Amino acid sequence: MSGSLQDLVIELAYIVAVTLFVLSLKWLSSPATARRGVQAGEVGMLIAILATLLNRGIVSYEWILIGLVVGALIGIPLGLVQMTAVPQRTALSHAFGAFATALVGTAEFYLRTPNISPFVMSALSIEIILGALTFTASLMAAGKLQEVLPQRPITYKGQNFVNLGILVLAILVAIYLVNNPGATGLFPLLIVIPMVFGVLLIVPIGGADMPTVISLLNSYAGLSAAAMGFVLKSKLLIVAGALDGSSGFILSVIMSRAMNRSFTNVLFGAFGQVQETATHAVAGTVRSATPEEAAAILEAANSVMIVPGYGMAVAQAQHKVREFYDALTKRGIDVKFAIHPVAGRMPGHMNVLLAEADVPYDRLIEMDDANSDFPQVDVALVIGANDVTNPAARHDKNSPIYGMPILEVDKARTVMVIKRGMSPGFAGIENELYYLDKTLMIFGDAKSVVGSLVRELTGGHEH
Amino acid sequence: MTSEMLSNLYVLVLAAFLGFEVIKRVSPLLHTPLMSLTNALDAIAVVGAIVIVGERKSTLATVLGTLAVIAATSNVVGGFLITDRMLRMFKASPRGGGSK
Repeated sequence: MSGSLQDLVIELAYIVAVTLFVLSLKWLSSPATARRGVQAGEVGMLIAILATLLNRGIVSYEWILIGLVVGALIGIPLGLVQMTAVPQRTALSHAFGAFATALVGTAEFYLRTPNISPFVMSALSIEIILGALTFTASLMAAGKLQEVLPQRPITYKGQNFVNLGILVLAILVAIYLVNNPGATGLFPLLIVIPMVFGVLLIVPIGGADMPTVISLLNSYAGLSAAAMGFVLKSKLLIVAGALDGSSGFILSVIMSRAMNRSFTNVLFGAFGQVQETATHAVAGTVRSATPEEAAAILEAANSVMIVPGYGMAVAQAQHKVREFYDALTKRGIDVKFAIHPVAGRMPGHMNVLLAEADVPYDRLIEMDDANSDFPQVDVALVIGANDVTNPAARHDKNSPIYGMPILEVDKARTVMVIKRGMSPGFAGIENELYYLDKTLMIFGDAKSVVGSLVRELTGGHEH
Repeated sequence: MTSEMLSNLYVLVLAAFLGFEVIKRVSPLLHTPLMSLTNALDAIAVVGAIVIVGERKSTLATVLGTLAVIAATSNVVGGFLITDRMLRMFKASPRGGGSK
């Protein structure tokens, strides 16, 4: 094969790979075609890697093969983690992706310095800044999600000012390097400063902010890869990076809307400000019920809407919830699950947990549909969700969560809440829902309470 | 600015718009698999790393490139694997859904 023909074959193979990547995402739009989407992605990736091995610049395959084999050996256990560990696994994979682009950027700089055009050096700087900050930020996020780092957000006065200052410093270094691409002494700062920034970015982040943060990091990792495409003049990388970048961007916009955060708030990563607002006490009495009493009400219901939250994941209650779903369905009761976009620790977290427990996906419904159903629902059962059900978001202008779209469980005829105690949720505010006349609190661990409900319901059936 | 750089910018803009249009159609039900899938696709950065390793231009570049190949390949393998595992779990109601 002549040289230019070889290059043409590689480029054509990349076009096929890009087409398959786009189809892969298109097929992911519905559960019926989604697995075909994964297969298209796999074939595209295989074609791209095989074509790359034909590259005429390659003189030795030894370390390439070692890298591919070692990478695959690390990837297999990462692909087999428990579903409850998916948020931290995802954060870790963002870190790996960003690590790869930052390393390639660094290697390219030292290979090419001092002959780097301003355009390429700009792209290289974007690649390295985004790669380095996403690497440390994602490791921090994974550490918080895995609970090896403290989960409470740490905030101090002037935090955003300090963070922004560090980012500006990194940009100044980049600007200097664009004009002086031979400044090898300064180059390490282009890696280290964004790494520090990445750590500081996640320090003020609490658990409930994680869905937005993970989406944002996803977007940064994609943009870093797209920038790498400009450095390596690879349209394949530009397209794949742009697809990943826009995916993460869309998800972070959806997540921030679901938490009523502004757009700039997302872009600058200024999270964790909600809990600074003072808590205000709600007057009223709380009615509590035993699982026996709750089961009696459930038996008489025609329709039940379950509202799962992060508490369900923490208590690992999803399998018990499925048994509960079965017990009610057997009695002819219509059971659905109302999923808030930010329930859990990453976009779609609750859906994956419930799917793992074999709850049919057509029973999992989105917020808007759930809200039009609630007025006709006999019992809304809240399991481990808090702020996303607080009616104060609709009417209390002083509430820190005012304006946040919520699941309107208070419109159901009866509300039941499974909760450990009366402690406030992530936003640090009392939930008015608990003080309504129609609300029954069932205190206890989600898994054991749902277990008792299942026993009551199935026990009654045998009589 | 060469014409190739300009055409690459066109590609970036068009791909970003294509991404928006395709991804906004993904059901919120599948947002977690979406993220793990795009993560696997993004690991296409492995092709850049492979060339750097294979060219053997400097020891530093070979070392950094090999680490990048490892990191990116683990995302490719792990990302596709977990996405498929997740999607296999999503099942419709046994009654056949009903709504058509």
